[in-house]
Amino acid sequence: MRDLPGKMIWEVLVNFFKKPATKNYPVERPAMPKEFRGKLKFYPDKCIGCMLCVKDCPSNAIKIIKLGEKQFEADIDLGKCIYCGQCVDSCVKKALEITQEFELAQIDPEKLKIVFKGDKPAEAPPAAVK
Amino acid sequence: MSSLFYILVFPGFLFLSFFALWVEYLDRKIYARLQNRIGPPWFQPTADFIKLLAKEDLIPRDANPTFFILAPILALTAAVTAFLYIPIWGPVSLFSFTGDVIVILYLLTIPTLCFFIGGWYSTSLYCRLGAVRTVTQLFAYEVPLLMGILSPAILANTWSLSEMVSFYSQHPWYWLINLIGFVVALVAVHGKLEKTPFDIPEAETEIVAGGFTEYSGRLLAFFRLTIDIEMIVAGALLAVVFLPFGLHSGPVIGFIGFVFKVLFMVVLFSLARTVFARLRIDQMISFCWKYLVPLALLQLLINLVLKGIIKL
Amino acid sequence: MSEPEQFKIPFGPQHPALKEPESFSIALRGEKILGVDIRLGYNHRGIEKACEERTFIQDIYLIERICGICSHVHSTAYVQGVEEIAGLEVPKRALYIRSLIGELERIHSHLLWLGVAGHEIGFDTLLMYSWRDREVVMDILTLLTGNRVNYGINTIGGVRRDITPEMAKEVLTSVDKLEERTKYYIEVATQETTIINRLSGVGMLSKEDALRLGAVGPTGRASDIPRDIRKDDPYAAYAELDFNVCTDKRCDVYGRTVVRLLELMESYKIIRQILANLPEGAISVRAPRRIPAGEAVSRYEAPRGECMHYIKANGTDKPERVKVRAPTLANVQSVKQMLKDRYLADMPIVVAAIDPCFSCTDRMIEVNNLDNGESKVLDWESLHNYSIDWYKKQGIDFSRMKKRGIA
Repeated sequence: MRDLPGKMIWEVLVNFFKKPATKNYPVERPAMPKEFRGKLKFYPDKCIGCMLCVKDCPSNAIKIIKLGEKQFEADIDLGKCIYCGQCVDSCVKKALEITQEFELAQIDPEKLKIVFKGDKPAEAPPAAVK
Repeated sequence: MSSLFYILVFPGFLFLSFFALWVEYLDRKIYARLQNRIGPPWFQPTADFIKLLAKEDLIPRDANPTFFILAPILALTAAVTAFLYIPIWGPVSLFSFTGDVIVILYLLTIPTLCFFIGGWYSTSLYCRLGAVRTVTQLFAYEVPLLMGILSPAILANTWSLSEMVSFYSQHPWYWLINLIGFVVALVAVHGKLEKTPFDIPEAETEIVAGGFTEYSGRLLAFFRLTIDIEMIVAGALLAVVFLPFGLHSGPVIGFIGFVFKVLFMVVLFSLARTVFARLRIDQMISFCWKYLVPLALLQLLINLVLKGIIKL
Repeated sequence: MSEPEQFKIPFGPQHPALKEPESFSIALRGEKILGVDIRLGYNHRGIEKACEERTFIQDIYLIERICGICSHVHSTAYVQGVEEIAGLEVPKRALYIRSLIGELERIHSHLLWLGVAGHEIGFDTLLMYSWRDREVVMDILTLLTGNRVNYGINTIGGVRRDITPEMAKEVLTSVDKLEERTKYYIEVATQETTIINRLSGVGMLSKEDALRLGAVGPTGRASDIPRDIRKDDPYAAYAELDFNVCTDKRCDVYGRTVVRLLELMESYKIIRQILANLPEGAISVRAPRRIPAGEAVSRYEAPRGECMHYIKANGTDKPERVKVRAPTLANVQSVKQMLKDRYLADMPIVVAAIDPCFSCTDRMIEVNNLDNGESKVLDWESLHNYSIDWYKKQGIDFSRMKKRGIA
């Protein structure tokens, strides 16, 4: 005579009295580990305009626009970005950084395009790329 | 006039519907907690029911509209009618008469046939497969279920549920004789209610939703309500036949006892759902005929012998 | 009395039993299966062609996203191939880290499979429990690489992230926890009567048939074929690690379950060895942007079997041809054999037992002319025009949509 079925009965009954394994998300937010790849951050004063990040981005999410002499701005489309961090590794001057922000959802896709400009005002009007 | 109140409000349609929806919540909540999850909030089945009522009824082009619409309505009616013959708060049910045990069992078979009719006349492949599986399963569990439930009736020498309750209240320890029958009926009733391990007609991963695949809107709401009400009726029937205590101590205690007994059955159903995998139809038929039927026959034999001894 | 009629039931492309679309058209008589017709290609996304238009570095991330569960497999196989063409010597520490992530991915994939198998036989409790335990692995992978799937840890020449001693300690704690849970699952799976009833004798694939049809991975190993790329053709750090190849003689779905569970225990052993012997050193070497001309075939033991990548470079910074052969393509041929004379109720679990990953599989663009049997290969432009004409015949006009390129 084979064993009676229902081998999991003890485990199942013990689990009835334990706390559920579900995290109550919007109320309890998990802390992301240090390596987590979230939103990008760009430091305009460190950029030298080598465009290596643009060349290496798998989804063409970042564009570097020259505003003036040694002044660059970065246009990042968060909708296209795949958060791989290759641009961070490719940048020779460490002008790009990965933060741990992950709650980036928007209803309007235009709001996903963010621009990182420098703080100091432009000394000359934006020049065409020479 | 008071009959109308009994049939429509308490303990008829309205009470039964709300109780059924609440019991479904309990079943899902227990199932979820056993699996270490949170589970739905208390109003979830009611919300599902109301949402389904508001959706459009799509009738497939090739389906037979008469039977397609009639099946859920007949099923719901039969399930509610079966409940009227079960004694809830006292030894006598509302409309008891000799032979009402058999009538309840027949009324409980009608929803199964209506699942078949609804599935068959939907003409879609998945529905037909599910419908055929429902009827195939009927051949397997019906015999042990009937034998299991009728054995206590034979011991009590009556075919009326109310007289059975009176008999067992007079001889309080006789319910122990029917323990084998209780186990057999409990396992076989999983087949009637289409619960795991016998939820083969509605196997989601194999045939989408079985007979219910083409249903939507109000008709699906009625089918789901029928399933829940069937759970209560079958649980109540098992409770009255095999656990007949407390029904002679007044209406309030009787009613509370009834609620507790039904909840106990529901907890057993949820537990079974959690720890068993689904069987295949051929495995289920061989299991029922190899193990359940001999045990039911054994119980029948015991009851017949003991009836002779008691008469003496 | 006439013969009972047979009819064809469509199992897919959309079906609750399939996690990814694939079309199995089953000829049934009652509940008995008479034959299966398999059509692949519903998940084809043109990845191989897209690889040719991107540089080698961009392709790492594209290839990684062929599949979510086997992402490290594809990424490592690709990067190994490119490194072989370029003649790079990858530092040992990088190889060990690649193997570590590979084994963690194997654990995550097998736990996922256990849950899916439970769901297919109607045993949802196993699904919930194994996926709850899988969260432990996902948290460890996030800690090490930054993401739960699509880890992005490979780069040409090595890996991108290093492992600190604290991370190593966390990994070991989690592995201990998982080992205890896996032992419980082995006990349940081998002793629970309803599971044994559903899984034994189902999906039989004898050893000769498995060899003839080319079954790989746990599907083949459960038919007693001891083929494992980690032992036959070692890559990364596997040449220096000590582990067993798990085989089973049962040749059915139950055997495949046992093989996968035993492989989980082997993975824990391997991870402990890797962390104990992690060599010091750099984690990558500098790779040139232009890979010299050459071609390479690189193989990797995915959780599902042998995954092969073929890469051809021609001296520019874009590959000339990338071809991916996923293990499911080899295993899906055996589904027909396994389903002979079985019941409809066995269909989901048999398909789930080869651990199908149709996202990995759908790669080919070959148009067969059914009338005269000739076949031809379409290129990008003609495929584009073919699809526009096909939709025009259905009455749908796409000419108003802008043609979207990569930019």
